[in-house]
Amino acid sequence: MHAAGAVMIVAVVLIVLALVYYLVSTILALRQITNGLDDVIKSVGEIVEKSAPVEAVVGDINENLDAAVSALEGLLVKKAGMEDAVGLVDGLYPGAAAQGLRDYPESREITPPRIGEVYTKGTLTLARLGREAPIALASPAGPALRAVEYGSLNARLLYPEVRQDRPEKMPRSPVIGSDSPEQYEQRPDIGQPRKRFRSGA
Amino acid sequence: MTLWWIGDIVLLVVVLPVVIYLLNGVLTAARSIVPSVSKIADVAAAGSKDLDATALLLTTQDQVRQTVAGVANYGGSLDVIIDDA
Repeated sequence: MHAAGAVMIVAVVLIVLALVYYLVSTILALRQITNGLDDVIKSVGEIVEKSAPVEAVVGDINENLDAAVSALEGLLVKKAGMEDAVGLVDGLYPGAAAQGLRDYPESREITPPRIGEVYTKGTLTLARLGREAPIALASPAGPALRAVEYGSLNARLLYPEVRQDRPEKMPRSPVIGSDSPEQYEQRPDIGQPRKRFRSGA
Repeated sequence: MTLWWIGDIVLLVVVLPVVIYLLNGVLTAARSIVPSVSKIADVAAAGSKDLDATALLLTTQDQVRQTVAGVANYGGSLDVIIDDA
């Protein structure tokens, strides 16, 4: 064998070795990919299986909540009237009157009265329950419904002016009865035997 | 004899580098896919685990029904108690 043939054989062997090395390495990498994709398919299958009933369940929940909202809106409008109902909603959520009641599109055109200054906080809370409000959350953003002390301050406004200054002592209520120090109706016949009229007179 | 040497040179200088270059490209591409597939597998597993809580939706559904029923009862009572506007 001459030298050129030997070099040819060596070159072919080198090429074959390169082919073997790289192809085996590629096969190993592809096996890793296959195993990884098997894991992905398994997890995706679980996701599909677990999320399958979600749509039906959430749809049922929404239907129930829609029915409750419709019923409460209807009750609110029935009992408070459309205008006051919009005012109540706007008192709870300032600016919500523009959105109006869901089942009453005509409510969007009503100018909301300032119900929050008239109704108590409890009334507004009751109304809030019918407004799809998350009950456990803090009060909605916006100004306080009435005052920081809620209903008590406004209730005080109903009393005469002297109570508004919060005096330390108020005039005591008058003592009433026969032993009272102040007799408001002083007549000589009070405490005396009752007059008897003649019979037949 | 000259042709033999030319063939040897072509094999060693042209064919062998080209084969190595091409196979190296395939191997590099295949190896670059492996970490991506691993990350996808991890994310899919995490997503599947997150969806374990969907079973609680059945509880939520039941509680919503009970709550709505209670609200309906309260609403019916209020409808009777409170006068209409």
